[in-house]
Amino acid sequence: MFSGGRRAAAAIVAAALFIASGAARALDRDAVEKLAFGEGDERIAAIAALVAEGDAKAVELLKAFAAGDVQTSGKRVFIVRGEKAVDPFTGVESALPAERDDVVANNRLRAAIGDALAVLNLLSPEKSARLAAAKALAGVNDAAMYPLIEKALAKESDAEIRALLEMTAAGMQLNADSPDARLAAIRLLGRSSNPNSKTLLLGLASDADPDIRREARMSLEAVEKRLAWGEWLGLAFAGVSLGSILLLAALGLAITYGLMGVINMAHGELIMIGAYSAYVVQNLFRAWGIFDWYLVAAVPASFIAAGLVGMALERSVIRWLYGRPLETLLATWGLSLILIQAVRTVFGAQNVQVENPAFMSGGIQVLSNVVLPWSRIYIVLFAVAVLAAMWLLLAKTRLGLFIRGVTQNRAMASCVGVPTGRVDAWAFGLGSGIAGLAGCALSQLGNVGPDLGQGYIVDSFLVVVFGGVGQLAGTVYAALVLGFANKLLESWSGAVLAKIAVLVFIIIFIQRRPQGLFALRGRVAD
Amino acid sequence: MKRRSMVKTLVLAASIAAIGVPQAFAQEKTVKVGVLHSLSGTMAISETVLKDTVLMAFDEINAKGGVMGMKIEPVVVDPASNWPLFAEKARQLITQDKVAVVFGCWTSVSRKSVLPVFEELNSLLFYPVQYEGEEISRNVFYTGAAPNQQAIPAVEYLMSKDGGGAKRWFLLGTDYVYPRTTNKILRAFLKSKGVAEKDIEEIYTPFGHSDYQTIVANIKKFSAGGKTAVVSTINGDSNVPFYKELGNQGLKATDVPVVAFSVGEEELRGVDTKPLVGHLAAWNYFMSIKAPANDAFIKKWSAYAKAKNIPGHKDKPLTNDPMEATYIGVYMWKQAVEKAKSFDVEKVTAAMAGQTFPAPSGITSKMDEKNHHLHKAVFIGEVKADGQFNVVWKTQGPIKAQPWSPYIPGNDKKKDEPALMADKKP
Repeated sequence: MFSGGRRAAAAIVAAALFIASGAARALDRDAVEKLAFGEGDERIAAIAALVAEGDAKAVELLKAFAAGDVQTSGKRVFIVRGEKAVDPFTGVESALPAERDDVVANNRLRAAIGDALAVLNLLSPEKSARLAAAKALAGVNDAAMYPLIEKALAKESDAEIRALLEMTAAGMQLNADSPDARLAAIRLLGRSSNPNSKTLLLGLASDADPDIRREARMSLEAVEKRLAWGEWLGLAFAGVSLGSILLLAALGLAITYGLMGVINMAHGELIMIGAYSAYVVQNLFRAWGIFDWYLVAAVPASFIAAGLVGMALERSVIRWLYGRPLETLLATWGLSLILIQAVRTVFGAQNVQVENPAFMSGGIQVLSNVVLPWSRIYIVLFAVAVLAAMWLLLAKTRLGLFIRGVTQNRAMASCVGVPTGRVDAWAFGLGSGIAGLAGCALSQLGNVGPDLGQGYIVDSFLVVVFGGVGQLAGTVYAALVLGFANKLLESWSGAVLAKIAVLVFIIIFIQRRPQGLFALRGRVAD
Repeated sequence: MKRRSMVKTLVLAASIAAIGVPQAFAQEKTVKVGVLHSLSGTMAISETVLKDTVLMAFDEINAKGGVMGMKIEPVVVDPASNWPLFAEKARQLITQDKVAVVFGCWTSVSRKSVLPVFEELNSLLFYPVQYEGEEISRNVFYTGAAPNQQAIPAVEYLMSKDGGGAKRWFLLGTDYVYPRTTNKILRAFLKSKGVAEKDIEEIYTPFGHSDYQTIVANIKKFSAGGKTAVVSTINGDSNVPFYKELGNQGLKATDVPVVAFSVGEEELRGVDTKPLVGHLAAWNYFMSIKAPANDAFIKKWSAYAKAKNIPGHKDKPLTNDPMEATYIGVYMWKQAVEKAKSFDVEKVTAAMAGQTFPAPSGITSKMDEKNHHLHKAVFIGEVKADGQFNVVWKTQGPIKAQPWSPYIPGNDKKKDEPALMADKKP
């Protein structure tokens, strides 16, 4: 895939074959110096020369170099290990010199070293090392390396590694002399589902030989068809991920607005408070040195913090305004401004950094062209868990029964002895707490700043209204539909147009069907 | 009656004089200077630190006796990443606070919004950020890079063998004037280098966009068609989710390098940079540059950040390119005022031509005699695991800015200096 390393290939092949025979020499001082002080091609040649040494010390030096751990002081070259300078030739440790310079490795050199080390690892006795090497070499199409791949194939017994190597070998045969070998290689690549194969085949789609051209186009089509699956899967996941975020953001509002009828413009700020709670918990845990575990406490903390703020708002302001939507709208909007300014005063106007714990970083490769980030997977699962917990609470507990009772018929509930005022406070606190959970989840994906909530308030209302006010199921479907629609349009028309298109769609939909996706039926609807 | 009122007036006048005169003696003469950077909103991530840099430079100058014996009195306002508010605040600074000069703005849209105010009221703005060019105002001094001092060399580097020999180009930016114009110039430049239309993709996102899933997936898909490089002109805090997504989806710099024009040490502060090693940025200064002037600059900033308790910087001080450009700008203004012996806009503007300053990047920066832009050296850096940059390429020496890019048709007829008042009024 990367052209920089190819130059070194021939020398690496020779070296790898050589190493296999078990011989070793001393580290070449000239090559090390060229690597440390040379330019461009000279350094690539030095890497090849070092690999050709076939010395364990050379491998160690190259690894350190790729990691940026090689430094120089005057003419001296050394590897930095902690607070010690290690001489690459003798392995002797000494104190770090005061005056020292980094040896800068650029992308081209790192790729060359990566390829070189992979080639060396192909003959490693460890299966995992061979597998990693075979994966790293996918897409490399330098014919000079073909003998080595063949040699590795001859020895290889593992089916997975064999399949990878066969593809790599086919890539190297694409420009072979015999047309038959080329055709065979093209056909084999046609069975691949790696984007690298597409890159290679594209190069042949306008070949001079008509047979090759035709075959290459057929193979290309087959590969693209397989890759399209990955693209669709990626898109579907993006839709689910955005849907889960919208759902988390809107679930709290589905209670406060959907069930209780409060147009809560401060909903976004409750999300923001949840995110800031996660930030505070993170800082505490970092100070205690157990950073990776902070989410365990951040989730309940953000729920409680946002819930308490929500209950305070309800008891102090909102409860006096039940049944007066316009006044509620204005009052909660004012509250949202107060909350934003309060956070600005306490934490500063700039974004704060919420870092992902280690298990939320990186992703899992499900197909050759699809990597699903862990953070998003966890948030989808989290959204499902929150949804389930909320459903259980509303459907199976006494509090849930009271909430449903009060929202359906306040007067009757009061008559049979339900403390409606307290239930209102609990329900509002629950909705606010769920908004806080959304904030905790969002802190793992985006920026946490005082304006965080502003970006989600419109989306949350859209989801609730689109799904049908008062319907939890509707909220879930609406979040997913909007998530998918947004991502589908985005991949098709860009982020700016997608946003506009979704808004236009919702306006038209609400005009046609004001009750939303799912309408309440029966007496409650009045 | 008349007499009594006169006595009253006299007493009043005397008492005012009695209060006022000693005060005038006690207080030194000061000159007001405006600082116009967003301290909240999406751009606060980048701009807040520039405000602190300006204040640091003022402190230094004041400690050494000020400008022409007058202490600088900063007037800091917060335009809150709100473009029309920039114009309002600029007008307030000039007309109410009567500032001698303003240091400020980051995004081109904010600069474009204050430009008419500065031209109408004939005041001075020092603009410290790299931008798209296509503008020379006699009221603005541009201490950041023009496209030929940043964007074009970066793309040339990625085309070179050492840069990876990119054949396909994914131009990704925030949707406003700077990315759009820069990409217009880059598109023309790439075409002049023989890159086909189908090998260039241009994508924009709104300000504050936070979901880069599909865009990263699209980059992956696009890169299967040949060696691809991404040119990012994403601005503000959107960069954090973009780089997080890039790292999480495992797009490595050795496969698809991303070169950014608005991402420096400060923007990467909150990002885990280990998966991002090798992605690039093009600037005229990096904190990692080894030069005595830079060591001194970093030392001053660290001490200042600690003394002023600046969040983030007090524990981990970082410097970046726009900070350097801001610092150069403040000192050049001081030198020009002292040369002109006046705060008068016309005189200071005339004295700015050819000013030099030993820049922290290790070169001697020179303000061009005519075009209001600095001569700058260009550096290309790769992200290291610790969030700093390794300089992998640099120009031999300073390059003169070309605010009118030769890659935009019609620019060859434009003059490389600001139009005079007489030219403007037909």
